[in-house]
Amino acid sequence: MAASGTHDANENYLNHEKGLWSWLTTLDHKRIGVLYAITVAIFFFVGGLAALAIRTELFSAGETIPNLGPNGYNRLMTYHGAIMVFLVIIPGIPAFLGNFVLPLHLGAKDVAFPRLNLLSWYCLLAGAAIALTSLLMGGADTGWTFYTPYSINSAPAVVMMAFGVFVAGFSSILTGLNFIVTTHKLRAPGMTMNRIPLFVWALYSTAIIQVLATPVLAITVLLLAMENIFGIGFFDESLGGDPVLFQHFFWFYSHPAVYIMILPAFGVISELITAFSRKTIFGYTAIAYSSLAIAAVSFFVWGHHMFTSGQSEVASVLFSILTMLVGIPTAIKVFNWVATMYKSSINLASPMLFAIGFIFLFTIGGVTGIFLATIATNIHFHDTYFVVAHFHYVMVGGTLMAIMGGIYYWFPKMFGKMYHEATARLSFLGIFIGFNVTFYPQFLLGANGMPRRYFDYLPVYEPLNQISTIGSYLIGIGFVFAAISILIGFIKGEKAGANPWGARTLEWTIPSPPPHHNFDKTPIITAGPYEFR
Amino acid sequence: MSSADQHAHGTGHHYAHHFESAEHEYSSSKQGIWVFLCTEILMFGGLFVGYAVFHHMYPLLFKAGSTFVDWRMGAANTVVLLTSSLTMALGIYYAQKRDAAKSGLMLLITIACGAIFMVIKYFEYSHKIHLGLLPGSWFHGSLDVTFADGTVQRVENLPLYFSFYYMMTGLHGIHVLIGMSLIFWAWLRVRKNEFGPHYYTPVEGVGLFWHLVDLVWIYLFPLLYLVS
Amino acid sequence: MAHGQHANDAHSEHHIIPFGVYMKVFSALIALTVITVLAARVDFGAFGAAVAFGIATVKAVLVLAYFMHLKYDNMLNRVIIASGVFFLIVFYFFCIVDEITRIVEKNTL
Repeated sequence: MAASGTHDANENYLNHEKGLWSWLTTLDHKRIGVLYAITVAIFFFVGGLAALAIRTELFSAGETIPNLGPNGYNRLMTYHGAIMVFLVIIPGIPAFLGNFVLPLHLGAKDVAFPRLNLLSWYCLLAGAAIALTSLLMGGADTGWTFYTPYSINSAPAVVMMAFGVFVAGFSSILTGLNFIVTTHKLRAPGMTMNRIPLFVWALYSTAIIQVLATPVLAITVLLLAMENIFGIGFFDESLGGDPVLFQHFFWFYSHPAVYIMILPAFGVISELITAFSRKTIFGYTAIAYSSLAIAAVSFFVWGHHMFTSGQSEVASVLFSILTMLVGIPTAIKVFNWVATMYKSSINLASPMLFAIGFIFLFTIGGVTGIFLATIATNIHFHDTYFVVAHFHYVMVGGTLMAIMGGIYYWFPKMFGKMYHEATARLSFLGIFIGFNVTFYPQFLLGANGMPRRYFDYLPVYEPLNQISTIGSYLIGIGFVFAAISILIGFIKGEKAGANPWGARTLEWTIPSPPPHHNFDKTPIITAGPYEFR
Repeated sequence: MSSADQHAHGTGHHYAHHFESAEHEYSSSKQGIWVFLCTEILMFGGLFVGYAVFHHMYPLLFKAGSTFVDWRMGAANTVVLLTSSLTMALGIYYAQKRDAAKSGLMLLITIACGAIFMVIKYFEYSHKIHLGLLPGSWFHGSLDVTFADGTVQRVENLPLYFSFYYMMTGLHGIHVLIGMSLIFWAWLRVRKNEFGPHYYTPVEGVGLFWHLVDLVWIYLFPLLYLVS
Repeated sequence: MAHGQHANDAHSEHHIIPFGVYMKVFSALIALTVITVLAARVDFGAFGAAVAFGIATVKAVLVLAYFMHLKYDNMLNRVIIASGVFFLIVFYFFCIVDEITRIVEKNTL
């Protein structure tokens, strides 16, 4: 990958080198971002089909899909969860949008360790391949949480799945490591930490979590595999072990992982809100540091997943109180976004629609989180559809909306063409309305006591389940429109200039698509990232 | 770790295009290695937390278990690893002084120490396997424990100690092997005289990893061999 | 966290620690190993583990500061490793709080 001395005006990272091999061996962060985009899109498609199958099965009481059966359903649910969590949402924003945008935002030529960056993509592929091999072994049916004691002796597929998660975890660690060093070391001259875009702050905070929490997941799934193979007994009561300890290990990673999923989304939304309000972001410092605060607090709250597990009451009370703290930095962000929009001239292009949708849905998700952090209500809602609705409001209504907004926002930069606006708006309508139709009834179902993760339910829950299933099809239609709007963009999208949105961050100062080395001249930074007017 | 070998074309070292200077590349690489070591701490940390929890849950368990391991073997291995850490540090020291011969020698001694460590470990393992002191459900030795003061007591969950023993020393042993291969790789490059006062990142990085392996053992030794 | 321009932190990185210092540190580490073994023979009661852990930590700090050059390194690398240790303590803290305060029938072991 030698730098070319002379510059062709049409030279960019897409046509700099040609052929599949040049893509598979690329060290260019932008190309790696695109590789991640393709990978994540494929996994999203698979996980999405599983979701639709789940909803179809739940359309009516009793068996709806012929011959699926409870065991088939348990596997569907497990793979839907595991794929969406480990292969879609976790790599979704950092590894895909982050890889593409972070060096551009910093005025850098690449991430600090390009080879590690490529390696992390291969780790994700390898992890996914291993995890999906478990399907050939009969499939895991533990849910994505692998709770012991069931996972100790359920099926050999669990070991395979655990090993896949272990390998995919390295992908996440390497991305985080890369982003931390890049943010510290590769900022353009004049770009102090108080001048980096908020997306970078969010990715940086996420990277801290990825680096600190993921190793614990690694040791957890390693122990789980050893538990299956050697019966080491750490988590096995019959050998003197403690199954609840597994939950501590698992959630020490997996709760912070929830913030690996949502923090980058906050970053995307901060960019979208300021760009489409055409106004300097309100409370830059507050938003920046609240990201760090969320990253820190995320390590102190994991026990709120375990109120009914046999965890001690003292620990539960502690975790409950600490969990409430998360509400503070999160609310700071929401208030600042709304304050940014106040009295601004809003451009309601598709990315902004998704951003506004995000604020609406995420707020519902966040507020219901407070219900679940409260021990008394948690015990009523625990393992019901209320929880399912809550985390889908955060993960789908939050992260996925942000990914969609981010894709539309940066698509012109990535490929130099505009997506198709009308179908993009339709996709927003489909996803937004469909989402609420799907998941709002689940709050009601959960409050009425319908347990999650079951193949069947009492007939009394049927009407709301039917509404929910219809909503899920609407979401599906929404994503079909999204795919169409992107496809049209590729085929005959009008040429996007360097800065179609009039945004202020550095990536918009260079041509679309960006040249191979990003910046022909290293930018000198003299002001904050959002100086409008 | 592999971050440390960004670009090394031919004889002289050229820093990668996205860095400003060799210094800039060096400090970035080192920061990356420290972040990586941080992940190692948390991964081993999981086992240490497990140890702490079970130590509290079954105060007798680890004391009972430690009667089955020979502290002299553990102490010998501690000295071996500490020595290897010294020679590793000296390997960097000589690389910084552009003394490839001495640097290479120090790295070879480090690898040799790693090998001695693994050999001692092998004897410990084979002895235990011989007695059926295996982890968890594979355990088929005797549950009767003779304590230092001569009392004999049956410890029902003794296998749990060996689960910890094998998991902790096993994961550590894998790191020793990885470390040895990395040092070998650094040695190959030292032989080619690639390093000097301004560029020795790979030796430094490998060294940091090796010291971390030593650090973990510094804790494992008292926790597994000398529990009172 | 913010440490300004990266051009600033470039220099004074290549500090060479004198040979003698390495030797002193090594001797101290060996001495501490002997102390660890001796301490294990003294009955400190409930504090036995704490004593062993404390000595190990002194050794660890020596290795970090001299063999791993942290004493001469920049602040950020120290913060990185300290944050790893800190969050490990958090992990330990809550697990042990749960374990200590859990109401279960005590196993006789």
